[in-house]
Amino acid sequence: MLADKDRIFTNLYGLHDWGLKGARARGAWDGTKAILDKGRDGIVNDVKASGLRGRGGAGFPTGLKWSFMPKKSDGRPHYLVVNADESEPGTCKDREIMRHDPHLLIEGCLIAGCAMAANTGYIYIRGEFIRERERLQAAIDQAYQAKLIGKNNVHGWDFDLYLHHGAGAYICGEETALLESLEGKKGQPRLKPPFPANVGLYGCPTTVQNVESIAAVPDIMRRGAAWFAGIGRPNNTGTKLFCISGHVMKPCNVEEAMGIPLPELLERHAGGVRGGWDNLLAVIPGGSSMPLVPAGSDQADTLLMDFDGCRDKKSALGTAAVIVMDKSTDIVRAMTRISYFYKHESCGQCTPCREGMGWMWRVLTRMVEGRAQKREIDMLMQVTTQIEGHTICAFGDGAAWPVQGLLRHFRPEIERRIDEYSRNADAHGAVREAAE
Amino acid sequence: MSVRRLAPPEMQPKEFAFSKDNLAWAKQQVAKYPEGRQQSAVILLLWRAQEQVGCWLPEAAIRYVADFLGMAHIRGLEIATFYTMFNLAPVGKVHVQLCGTTPCRLRGADEIEKVCRNRIGDQNHVTADGKFSWVEVECLGACVNAPMVQIGSDYYEDLTAESFGKVLDQFAAGKKPKPGPQTDRQLSAPAGGPTTLTDKSIYAARSRE
Repeated sequence: MLADKDRIFTNLYGLHDWGLKGARARGAWDGTKAILDKGRDGIVNDVKASGLRGRGGAGFPTGLKWSFMPKKSDGRPHYLVVNADESEPGTCKDREIMRHDPHLLIEGCLIAGCAMAANTGYIYIRGEFIRERERLQAAIDQAYQAKLIGKNNVHGWDFDLYLHHGAGAYICGEETALLESLEGKKGQPRLKPPFPANVGLYGCPTTVQNVESIAAVPDIMRRGAAWFAGIGRPNNTGTKLFCISGHVMKPCNVEEAMGIPLPELLERHAGGVRGGWDNLLAVIPGGSSMPLVPAGSDQADTLLMDFDGCRDKKSALGTAAVIVMDKSTDIVRAMTRISYFYKHESCGQCTPCREGMGWMWRVLTRMVEGRAQKREIDMLMQVTTQIEGHTICAFGDGAAWPVQGLLRHFRPEIERRIDEYSRNADAHGAVREAAE
Repeated sequence: MSVRRLAPPEMQPKEFAFSKDNLAWAKQQVAKYPEGRQQSAVILLLWRAQEQVGCWLPEAAIRYVADFLGMAHIRGLEIATFYTMFNLAPVGKVHVQLCGTTPCRLRGADEIEKVCRNRIGDQNHVTADGKFSWVEVECLGACVNAPMVQIGSDYYEDLTAESFGKVLDQFAAGKKPKPGPQTDRQLSAPAGGPTTLTDKSIYAARSRE
């Protein structure tokens, strides 16, 4: 288990002062000037050496991403944009950082801004987080007042940080949709290339980064890349905030080492699966976009909670939002509700997604009752593959994968429902709808 | 995609203008963005307009904000219909936004929905006294405190049918219940107390530095 001294987010539960004084007492804003004095390359190299990978879902190496920013300015300003549009079902980690440890995020923004030669940063927070927005703005105001950020600040790197908010659109968590939204348009993703590092916000070089990745940077710089790289496994280093929801005894957020086995994570912090480990039906390891992993000795029992560990089980770590489902769960209904979520949140730009989401949801809704034909299971699978990879952004993939996970692992359950439905229909003398 | 339409003309007020305070505030917001990029502030201003009107966004307000930012009206209308937090028709004074996505459903959002139906009625229906309405929304990002609802600016978490009923009772009586978990739990820590961050020495050590 991760020792308390190795935790980054020491005010995760809001038991201490969130303000500047409290944050300083917990180690924030300590030696920030010395960190900035390392210069662009120094900071980027340290972040690369730490092995930090993006915490927002895709797991792209953070240092590498920063190094894509142009080395010499062509006159256009550079921008740092922080993605705080946390909306992936199951995920509620950035919220805790913003309301309880906002100064770690602000300090991280300054360091990241310096590392990519950006003098301006925008934090895009989801519209529903109104209290979190107030808290974060208060913390930014404190930092301005203490001259920690802003023009002519004590750290010697001019950096303005602004808070911007959305108004309820999941798609704005996609980086280019977020930029569109920040420019005052509908949040519809852009085609890549050009990538934001070349043409991003207002057509200028931009890096978009998740809250947790940015907030981890100050501690990495202070304690050294080797410290961070020493936690977890190679290629999967560091600590991670896990959000454990669903059918556990005590749902919670917790910071743990990457690569912790799933059973240990649930037993130690969440009081275990409701009704004991044997009562586990399936788990979604990384937020609703990722395929589920069913119970079983070669599946959830041996799942290691990091990027490679989840990939080994044909799923992904995503945002590390662990949604636990026990045997009382109507698994088809649960996944149908996720499908509805994607139908509701599709931005409508690409046809396979706009039309496909509703189609999948309608078929799944019938399958919940068993009011379907067995050949439709294969057809549904085929449709998911026609959506996956055929849209501008990864939303299509994220909506197709959970359905694929359901069909891969719970096909017999769907077939059973179809059989039962037609048997009942027969028994009641109704016309057998399911007949060919 | 969710299809959203403006409220019918007979419901729409004729005019809208920012109050003096909001106008000053709006000018400050626009200054956050580079010269000529004032359109960036559109969501912020529409949201403030919705707050000023009282929880919904009339067409006049959308046009006003678009004019204020030098945008074509259609661009403002696009924004207002795309982003689902803009209520395009009046809602109750106490507007319950029930999270109905899977993590909340697993923890009993069905029960909370029943309470809404029994006490308020169908979705988007405003009670006769204009006080209550409810709507099912997608994930609100408080999944470890499921099931939960948002009322106004606050989250009410770890609900049961009983505790949610009490929250509604207090609103009905004109009081404001305490937001956050409706159990004795510390925010997102496990019930019964944190399993981590219990080593007091980490706080002492850092403050000495």
